[in-house]
Amino acid sequence: MGEMTYGEAACLALRQEMQRDARVWALGEDLGSIGGIAGQYRGLQEEFGRSRICDTPISESTIMGAAVGAAICGTRPVVELRYADFALCATDEIVNQAAKIRYMFNGQARVPLVVRQPIGIQKGCAAQHSQSTEAWWVHVPGLVVVAPATPADNHGLLKAAIRCDDPVVYLEHKELWPARGAVDSQQAPLPLGKAQLVLKGDDLTIVTWSRMRHVCELACGALAQQGLRAELIDLRTLWPWDREQVLESVRRTGRLLVVHEAVRVGGFGAEIAAEVSEVLWRELKGPVRRLAGPRSPVPYAEPLENRMRISPDQVAGMALEMIKEKR
Amino acid sequence: MLLQLYRTMLLIRAFEEAAGRAFHGGLIRGPVHQYVGQEAIAVGVCANLRATDYVSSYHRGHGHAIAKGADIRKMMRELLGRAGGTCGGKGGSMHIADFSVGMLGANGVVADGVTIAVGAAQAVKLLGEDRLVVAFFGDGAVNRGPLLEAFNWAVIYGLPVLFVCEDNQYAATVRTSEFTAGEGIVARARSFGLPAESIDGNDVAAVHETSLKALTLIREKQSPALIHATAYRWYGHFAHDSGAYRDPSAHRLALEGDPLERCRRTLLEKDVSAQTLERMRADTESLVAAALSEAEAAPFPEAREAFTEIQDVGAEWAR
Repeated sequence: MGEMTYGEAACLALRQEMQRDARVWALGEDLGSIGGIAGQYRGLQEEFGRSRICDTPISESTIMGAAVGAAICGTRPVVELRYADFALCATDEIVNQAAKIRYMFNGQARVPLVVRQPIGIQKGCAAQHSQSTEAWWVHVPGLVVVAPATPADNHGLLKAAIRCDDPVVYLEHKELWPARGAVDSQQAPLPLGKAQLVLKGDDLTIVTWSRMRHVCELACGALAQQGLRAELIDLRTLWPWDREQVLESVRRTGRLLVVHEAVRVGGFGAEIAAEVSEVLWRELKGPVRRLAGPRSPVPYAEPLENRMRISPDQVAGMALEMIKEKR
Repeated sequence: MLLQLYRTMLLIRAFEEAAGRAFHGGLIRGPVHQYVGQEAIAVGVCANLRATDYVSSYHRGHGHAIAKGADIRKMMRELLGRAGGTCGGKGGSMHIADFSVGMLGANGVVADGVTIAVGAAQAVKLLGEDRLVVAFFGDGAVNRGPLLEAFNWAVIYGLPVLFVCEDNQYAATVRTSEFTAGEGIVARARSFGLPAESIDGNDVAAVHETSLKALTLIREKQSPALIHATAYRWYGHFAHDSGAYRDPSAHRLALEGDPLERCRRTLLEKDVSAQTLERMRADTESLVAAALSEAEAAPFPEAREAFTEIQDVGAEWAR
């Protein structure tokens, strides 16, 4: 067990998978020259060479299309698209090709690839480098969608994503790259589709993922000081999401708050809220609520950008309101 | 050799004519893009390929599948949406694929098969395999960005890919020339450093010979090349489309370039008997007729099949 950053944990996972399986390779911009935009590929080109850690031109469509072609012909590519925002340039290849090929050819081929496309607000990066697009991908049948929040999860889930035979959209959070935490370098891949119970509690269930997990942890700490115990669930995999664990928790607490950084309207929180409300409406002590981003582009200047961020105070405040709510 | 090429062209022609009739007879429920008039291109190129080589295709893909050796009985079942079809009835005409013969799929998105092809070639290289990849695409693809990205990609990584632009003169319903700036696809390819050549795609012997040369070089040098083959799409963009936007006299003239008739005349000049050729035509037509009647008699897939082969890590409750 050692301590490392979220970025280093991903790098370790990829290194281990590349050592384990010669079919695994990575392609994308700036992987060799600087070890990836956040250092998440540092040292790998030296170890595995230029064909397996493959620097590419700025050609997102072909980065993704080529990965699909390489995946159906016996290799396991890890695609780096740098930012979720730029992955939109490769949306066709992700949605129309990667997600469809196994199905429309009736299983003649599988598309075992990972599409890394970091999400989220990153200080001062403004409208085209700050989006959280997870709901878009969850909507597409054929894709698995993963959003790790801790170094240990980034290590265990990236391993699992690389070993998965389905195309996996892998959403790291840009502001988590330097986050430190304990990682067991020998840990087995984490199961996809399993949430993590971060905190146990009976007063309310909070479901979240990615960077908001840490914001919610702080909020739960504040609630605890008032004697309130929130149950905090980090979904980790958004598709398929751990519906059983969430339902079990809300059955106990009777209250659900979903928190995410992405725009609230049409966000993935809406899906969770609707599903839980449909199944558990008799057992709920109040309406399911969502705390998520305003429907606005992310601005540049600090006070403007801060309007888009969700704070621990907001989470704690909404949780408190919900707990006090009388039917 | 030429006789074998002629037979495969006859088989494709018969298949495509039958598909058109089946569409108009209500047996095929979705779009069918017929390859009639372009047979010499798929046949001339694929005759130079090994079973292990890959081809990627586009929405007009039946000809490439047949030329690469796919089973026409399974293909016809697929077109009719029956059980036992190439793709189990999930793909239909636009997604004909047969990985058992290296046919990586017809593709419904223009130019996407080309980026897939360069990736396939990259896999071949990474795995140290001895295979070539051919990317067939239409002239409509020449104005899509990913095509140009893929040219660049194949050159910088030195990939064993032959790009084949099948120029049937129409991008869906408009003349490609009116919407294409500059000197066209050959000039564009050369600007990327791709060896590129224009040929008469109605001449199966020329297609065969030129692609053999190109493929031999690609195999030797592990670097890509392009062939631009001109032909004429006999029917509309798809079977729904009568092609009424085409000038009737130019259309009649273009039909005279019929690649099958041209090959037939050459064979006659080479002293192949007219009876042999006629028998070959009748044979291929009866093979296709049998495939069609078998397909018509085949059951539809079970409705539960709709939910197979989506993904491993899925969620049953959401279906």
